[in-house]
Amino acid sequence: MESIKCELPLPRFMMSKTDGEIRFGNPAELHGTKVQIPYLITEKNTFKRMDDEDKQETQSPTMSPLASPPSSPPHYQRVPLSHGYSKLRSSTEQMHPAPYEARQPLVQPEGASSGGPGAKPPRHQASLIRSFSVEREPQDNNSNYLDEPWRITEEQREYYVNQFRSLQPDPSSFISGSVAKNFFTKSKLSIPELSYIWELSDADCDGALTLPEFCAAFHLIVARKNGYPLPEGLPPTLQPEYLQAAFPKPKWECALFDSYSESTPANQQPRDLSRMEKLSIKDMADFPVPTQDVTGDDKQALKSTVDEALPKDMSEDPATPKDSNNLKARPRSRSYSSTSIEEAMKRGEDPPTPPPRPQKTHSRASSLDLNKVFQPSVPATKSGLLPPPPALPPRPCPSQSEQASEAELHSQLNRAPSQAAESSPTKKDIPYSQPPSKPIRRKFRPENQATENQEPSPTVGGPAVATVKPHPTVQKQSSRQKKAIQTAIRKNKEANAVLARLNSELQQQLKEVHQERIALENQLEQLRPVTVL
Amino acid sequence: MAVCVAVIAKENYPLYIRSVPTENELKFHYMVHTSLDVVDEKISAMGKALVDQRELYLGLLYPTEDYKVYGYVTNSRVKFVMVVDSSNTALRDNEIRSMFRKLHNSYTDVMCNPFYNPGDRIQSRTFDSMVTSMMIQVC
Repeated sequence: MESIKCELPLPRFMMSKTDGEIRFGNPAELHGTKVQIPYLITEKNTFKRMDDEDKQETQSPTMSPLASPPSSPPHYQRVPLSHGYSKLRSSTEQMHPAPYEARQPLVQPEGASSGGPGAKPPRHQASLIRSFSVEREPQDNNSNYLDEPWRITEEQREYYVNQFRSLQPDPSSFISGSVAKNFFTKSKLSIPELSYIWELSDADCDGALTLPEFCAAFHLIVARKNGYPLPEGLPPTLQPEYLQAAFPKPKWECALFDSYSESTPANQQPRDLSRMEKLSIKDMADFPVPTQDVTGDDKQALKSTVDEALPKDMSEDPATPKDSNNLKARPRSRSYSSTSIEEAMKRGEDPPTPPPRPQKTHSRASSLDLNKVFQPSVPATKSGLLPPPPALPPRPCPSQSEQASEAELHSQLNRAPSQAAESSPTKKDIPYSQPPSKPIRRKFRPENQATENQEPSPTVGGPAVATVKPHPTVQKQSSRQKKAIQTAIRKNKEANAVLARLNSELQQQLKEVHQERIALENQLEQLRPVTVL
Repeated sequence: MAVCVAVIAKENYPLYIRSVPTENELKFHYMVHTSLDVVDEKISAMGKALVDQRELYLGLLYPTEDYKVYGYVTNSRVKFVMVVDSSNTALRDNEIRSMFRKLHNSYTDVMCNPFYNPGDRIQSRTFDSMVTSMMIQVC
């Protein structure tokens, strides 16, 4: 700031002291700068859309003081811009003839310049006129001038905000680095200078410009275009906090800054926090995963919500190019979240898969050799599963001799694994009361066992004696048992029938598959080129 | 406390090199240049290991009678080389690490500037000021 204070007063002193020198010195200098401004402003105007009314208002009050020195400091600020705007009108007249025609009568001193669209000599004349007017203005403003170059006026502020909006509709969001770069490059400042301006204005070094940062950068550019050297550090009046707080808040601006003041410093962290929270929640949900499909669904729901959240965050930050360096936590968190989701999904998927595996089911895609290999064992395996239930029905009938039933039982057990289900119904009728076989059957038919265990248990005690002693009691019990047994038998018969049907269908399918296979093999042989030795 | 700080690009050309002006700067340039071989050797020694496992701080690259040279490499193969005075025995490894961390942070800030093209010389004033703060105080 000291350098500014040292340097800036010089022109003023010159201007105030000798008019002659000033007119000679300044016009050349200002002229030079003013010439640059039209290019600057015209290019900026390509983005400008709604500023015209504002500029109108600024123009009229500032035009009047051309004759008389202004009393307020900001006029000096306005003048360079207003000069630009005046030239803007003259140059943009070609581009937007209709809206500007109405304004031309107001801009009387420009009458000469407006007559020649894009003609430079009129511009120069206008600039000379302006420069003369400029001299007069700051003469009375020495005292207030020191910090003024870095103070943004209301009109400038509105202009900057409008420009910001043209680049980024949401005033509370960022402009990405690349967008800002393109925009500021049009100011025709050198790249190192632009780089330095960016360095000054991007206070949080995130590669994107918030509204105050953008205003500061824009203001620095404008100042630089007007010939002010760039400061060593960001002036206090251009600090983002100052810019947020300093300006009064009319209507929309109020909402703008309210929303904005909430946003950047606070939202960055909450966004990251929210993501990290989601990550943590998801991770929490993932790790204690029991092997169930339900959790897989939960994870999918979580994943979908996180995915929704991520695109939302992305849309909030249209500055995608800034992701690389700037919000280092964010890209990391995103990638981390994606990996954790995948891991979670994997974890979630792994446990549920085992159950379907144990069956040696054969799809048609499986090799036909397997089918052949397993064909003899298919009924065996199937019957291996099935027979135990059919083997159960031969329930102990205490009325019959246990020895005989035992023998039959054993034979039944031996035959069961090798027999098809059709033969099993015939075995049901064989009574059976032997305890040794009970443990086997308990696995498959606990229910029936439960009902029938009651009967065999009293009969187990004395295999031989039971036949003699408990005859009367046994007979009573046996009637009850018979009924139970009969119901069990009926159930088993039904089950058997169903299973038998299933078996027959499956065998039918098997035959069809075999036939298909034979046909395909024939085709293959026909199509295969004859292999000559 | 450093006598010379250099930032070298992936292609082994300097993006930024600054020495304490009293000394013969060419000597430092030469030292930095020779240290690049050591850096490459250390990087390749990690070899197939994942980048995550690779330590960014390379440590003492090689000592000379007067100076020690420390190295640090980023994930984008940008190398920071720092030459410190051997007589300054108070410098510990942690301090060197913190200095490199500051360098890295400033470097990323430079990268964030959209007007900076990677591969250009670093002309950022904040970077300069940060390096100045690290350099030895010249009487």
